[in-house]
Amino acid sequence: MKPTLVPPDAPTTYADVWTFRTPRARLALWFGWLALVALFVYCWQVMNADTMWVFVADAPGQAADLGSRMWPPSMAYLPELMAPLWDTLNIATLGTLGGVIMAVPVAFLAARNTTPSRVWIRPVALLVIVTSRSINSLIWALLLVAILGPGLLAGVVAIALRSIGFVGKLLYEAIEETDARQVEAISATGASAAQRLDYAIVPQVMPAFWAIALFRWDINIRESTILGLVGAGGIGLKLQASINVLAWPQVATILLVILATVLVSEWVSARVRQAIM
Amino acid sequence: MLELQQLYKTYATGDTALRDVSFVVPRGQVMGLIGPSGAGKSTLIRCINRLVDPSAGRILLGDTDLAQVGRSELRRQRRRIGMIFQEYALVERLTVMENVLSGRLGYVPFWRSFTRRFPGRDIENAYRLLDRVGLLEHADKRADALSGGQRQRVGIARALAQEPALLLVDEPTASLDPKTSRQIMRLIIEVCDERDLPAIVNIHDVPLAQQFMHRIVGLRAGEVVFDGTPAALDEAVLGDIYGAEDWTAMRREHEEDQAAEADATRRVAEVAR
Repeated sequence: MKPTLVPPDAPTTYADVWTFRTPRARLALWFGWLALVALFVYCWQVMNADTMWVFVADAPGQAADLGSRMWPPSMAYLPELMAPLWDTLNIATLGTLGGVIMAVPVAFLAARNTTPSRVWIRPVALLVIVTSRSINSLIWALLLVAILGPGLLAGVVAIALRSIGFVGKLLYEAIEETDARQVEAISATGASAAQRLDYAIVPQVMPAFWAIALFRWDINIRESTILGLVGAGGIGLKLQASINVLAWPQVATILLVILATVLVSEWVSARVRQAIM
Repeated sequence: MLELQQLYKTYATGDTALRDVSFVVPRGQVMGLIGPSGAGKSTLIRCINRLVDPSAGRILLGDTDLAQVGRSELRRQRRRIGMIFQEYALVERLTVMENVLSGRLGYVPFWRSFTRRFPGRDIENAYRLLDRVGLLEHADKRADALSGGQRQRVGIARALAQEPALLLVDEPTASLDPKTSRQIMRLIIEVCDERDLPAIVNIHDVPLAQQFMHRIVGLRAGEVVFDGTPAALDEAVLGDIYGAEDWTAMRREHEEDQAAEADATRRVAEVAR
């Protein structure tokens, strides 16, 4: 039997028109853009309703005035900032540590391929992650200052609680993306469930784990600088005190110190990331 | 000895992958399982160590029916079944030694495997196996630093570290070049002979199967359509298994491979001279 490449029922002519989108999709796209423009016009009106344009008009002058009052930054204030800065770094680091420790089990319970029960446990783990993520660090701190009283502890716990969701979500996604063949191979040796995690899954998610933890530490340094605004300790306390007494040169010094801290933390995490990859 | 009795597998989607498969693999026999893609070769060997659960039938390894065992007994039985995979399936970020020792996971308690403190006998055996497959000096390298052929050798060492009573081999040469394929095939045959180990080798490369296997079973659409010696595998049978056209094309490709390899060997010899 000789094979033929053309099936017997193939058409003899072919259409010379081909469109990327169906008419329905084109219409939907057009309405999508229309809705976006309408939303923009509406938002513009909302914004205008509560804006006093006379204030906006002299904004450059105001900004220059504030700038001139900030300049020069008060260097004499610098030594006084070192202790609260150290507190801020501790809040970020301890908070990240606590968050990661709590996030790891949650991530394994939330990942489809490692959860003990997709019906019962996975939704609970996902709820923990969403709850943690939906509440901003500042709001966590506000609540915790009311519960634990003002101070460093409230800040550490606030950062930790906010980090669970972030680390948990990224980590469980990394766990779900692991190569199933490596897991299959380890299962085929007669390994137990715990050994399967240890030998097949953990080695595959390690790089992602370190990258996520470092990234969160980096974010937490920035977040912990403002926690003092609600009384949760650190350099934010000084910032609030200075703004309250209109000590603008001190405010400038604080902002410069925060900038320097964030730059250093970026540099450190970039170096560490390079070293572990 | 492995015996399959009337094995069936129907997936939840309703696709029947295996239909009434029965055969016996005695000690020391290396059996090639051939057939086109989708014939059920991969499903068949995964049913044996229950990575896939069969729908009906018996799988007797010694006196145990593997199709019936519960979870903890399954773990114990899997230790006796070594498996070698198509794309090596090594844990890429672990060292070669960790990969070989992972063949012992079914035998050691969790704390030993977690702290990587395996019994001295296991470690000695792992070194012996690495030496056997020619990778002794690579023991502390990470698996992803090795070439394809070397990785498959690690895969073989891992399976042998289990001290198995049966070897399941799934397309061991699918991602290797023709020369390395033959070396890996030869190695698998040798280690089975040394240990008097029965093996089932899924292989889509018929000439390679004819060259190395002791016995060949042909699978088409989940059913056994041939069971005999490589010599009995003639054009008519292969046409039956693969469809006549596909088979002719496959044989031509193989001849080209062999010619190219012979040519390369000749040129290397000339340069050396």
